[in-house]
Amino acid sequence: MVKLILKDIPDFHKIDVYEKNGGYQTLKKALGMSQQEIIDEVKKSNLKGRGGACFPTGMKWSFLAKNDKPKYLICNGDESEPGSFKDREIFEKNPHQFLEGVLISAYALGVKDAYVYIRGEYWRWINMMEVALADAYKKGYVGKNIFGTDFSVNIHIHSGAGAYICGEESSMMNSLEGKRAYPRVKPPFPAVIGVWGCPTIINNIETLTNIPEIVKNGGEWFSKIGAAAHPGTLLFGVSGHVNKPGVYELETGTPLMTIINDVCGGVKNGKQIKMVIPGGSSMPPLTREECLTMKMDNESLKAIGSAIGTAGVMIMDEDTDLLKVLKRITKFYYHESCGQCTPCREGCGWMLRVLDRIDRGEGRQEDLDLLISVAENIEGNTICALGDAAAWPVKWTIRKFRDEFAAKIPKHAVTIPILNKVHGVRKETDGFNILKQNNENEVVVSLMGKVQEDLNDESVRYSG
Amino acid sequence: MFENISNHLFNSEELKTVEKHISKYPTKMSAIMPVLWMVQEKEGWISTDNMKYVGQLLELPYEHVLGVATFYTMYFKKPVGKYHLQICTNVSCMLCGGTELFKYVSDKLGIKNKEVTSDGIFSIEEVECLGSCGTAPMLQVNNKEYYENLTLPQVDELISKFRSEASKN
Repeated sequence: MVKLILKDIPDFHKIDVYEKNGGYQTLKKALGMSQQEIIDEVKKSNLKGRGGACFPTGMKWSFLAKNDKPKYLICNGDESEPGSFKDREIFEKNPHQFLEGVLISAYALGVKDAYVYIRGEYWRWINMMEVALADAYKKGYVGKNIFGTDFSVNIHIHSGAGAYICGEESSMMNSLEGKRAYPRVKPPFPAVIGVWGCPTIINNIETLTNIPEIVKNGGEWFSKIGAAAHPGTLLFGVSGHVNKPGVYELETGTPLMTIINDVCGGVKNGKQIKMVIPGGSSMPPLTREECLTMKMDNESLKAIGSAIGTAGVMIMDEDTDLLKVLKRITKFYYHESCGQCTPCREGCGWMLRVLDRIDRGEGRQEDLDLLISVAENIEGNTICALGDAAAWPVKWTIRKFRDEFAAKIPKHAVTIPILNKVHGVRKETDGFNILKQNNENEVVVSLMGKVQEDLNDESVRYSG
Repeated sequence: MFENISNHLFNSEELKTVEKHISKYPTKMSAIMPVLWMVQEKEGWISTDNMKYVGQLLELPYEHVLGVATFYTMYFKKPVGKYHLQICTNVSCMLCGGTELFKYVSDKLGIKNKEVTSDGIFSIEEVECLGSCGTAPMLQVNNKEYYENLTLPQVDELISKFRSEASKN
C-alpha cells in the first residue's frame, strides 16, 4: 500500500528526521526546474483537490492571472465539515511535507506570501505548525533567497475563529482581509481577482502535501496510483459506529467495505450498517446495499449521485435514528449559514423546524415532500455551496430512507393551526377533513380522509 | 505606531506584537482577527470598550470591529466561566454519546447551554464539529486543549481537577 502522506516513520514531524528522509530535497529539485515544468507535472498527475470539490489542481493553477499584481497562495486548513478530521493529522504528523508543498507551489505560481488558514479550534495544531514553520525559517527553507536562489517567500499562519463558512474559498479571502466572512459572487474567480484584489490560488492542506511527492516522482507516477480518474491516496477520516475509528491513508478506489471491515475492525458490536455518509456531512448518504459494492473515489460515488467530499466517512449502524441524525446535520447548517442568501438563511431554518416537528411526533403526511421541496429550492440558488451542502443531506436521506421517516409521522390525524403565521388564514377548503375545532387557533384534521374517534390530543399537537 | 492612542489595554510589548501582526498583511484591517484573539487571551472575552480600542489600533470604525467579532463564534462577546467547557454534539460525537455527555455535564453543573455557574468557575457550550470525530465524544476547554475519547467518570475527574485548580488561585 502506497503511503504518500502518513508515512510510518517515527518523529517524522521533527525537521531533522524529515531532512534525514530526504526532506526539502524536492524543493531544491523544484527550484532547478522552470515554473511551467512544475505546473505541467501537477497537470500530468491529474491531482484533484482534496477539499471536497475535486477540482483538478493543475487546471486551477493554470487559471492564475498573469499580471503585475502580487500573487497569493492560501492554504485552506479551516477543516470544519462534520466528519472531517484529516488535516489535523497532517499538521501533527507531517507538517514539513505540507510546508515543502507550499514552498514548491509558491515557486511554481510566483507567490511571495502564502497564508495558512487554520480553524481557530485547532489551537493545539496551530501551535504545532508555528513550531514547524519556525524550524523551517531557521534552516533557511522559508524566507529570503532559498537554497541561494532568487526565490524568496514568506509563510504566515492565520487562525480562524469558529466559522464553518470560512472554508469556502471566497469567504476565506474576506476573512483574511479582516471583514465579515461572507462568500463572494463568482466570477470573478479568485485566480483572477482574489484576496486584496490580487490573483489568488486556494488549495486544501492535503492537496498541497501531495505536491512534493508529485514533483519528486513525476506526475505520471502519481497518476497511476489508485483509481484512474481520481488518482493518489486519500486520508479517510472514519468515525461513528466502527471499532477502530481514525484517519487512514488509502489509495483512491479502495472498497468501502474493506475500509469498514479490514481497516477499521468492523461495525461496533457486530451490528449491520444502516447508512454511511461518504465524505463529510453534506454528501448524499449511502444505503447498506450501496455500501457493499462502493469504491471510494469520486467517480464511483458520482455514479450513484454522491461524492467523495472530504473523505470523512461516517458509519451508522442499524439502530441509528436517522431522523435525529438528519435533524442534527440540518441544525449545523442552520447555525453556520452566514445569512447572506435568503434561500439558505430561511430554508435551513424551515427544514430544521419541519424535522423538529416530525421528531416531536407532530409531523404531517406532506412534510417529507415539503422538506424535499425546500431543499430543492435552496440547491443552486445561493452564492456559495453551503446552500447545497445543507440541501443534499435532507433531500437524499429522505429519498433513500423514506419509509423510516414516514413511519415517524402520525398517519391519521394531526392538530394544525388555523392561523398560519406565514401564509395568512388557512381555509377549510384546503383539502383537510376537519374532525374537531380545539379553539379559535387550532383545528384537528384528518390527512388520510379517515376519522379517528379516540384522538389523543396530547400525542399530536402542533404548537404553531 | 500607536502614540496617539490612549493606553487602554495593551502594554508596549503587546503593542509590538500588534505591529508584527499588521506587518504580516498588506492592509491593517487584516490584522483584526489576530488582534481580537490577543484581546480575548488577555481579558477572557471581548467587551465593547475593547472593540473600540481595537478599532483605534487598526484605524477601523467600531462598527466594523463589532461586525467581525459577532461573525465568529469563538470570540466571546460576554464573559464566560474560568473554565469554558465546549462539548461537540455533531453527528460523529452524537453517534458516540456526545449528546449524553453534554446533558450529563449540564445537569452536573446545573447550568444550561451558554450559562455560567454562580461561582463563575464553569460555563458550558454546545459546539459544532471540532474535528475530533475519530476520538468522540470530546470536550474542549477555553478554545484550547481537547479532551477526547471521554467517559463520564473521566469528565467527573476533569471537572474536580478544574474546581480544585480554581480554588487554589
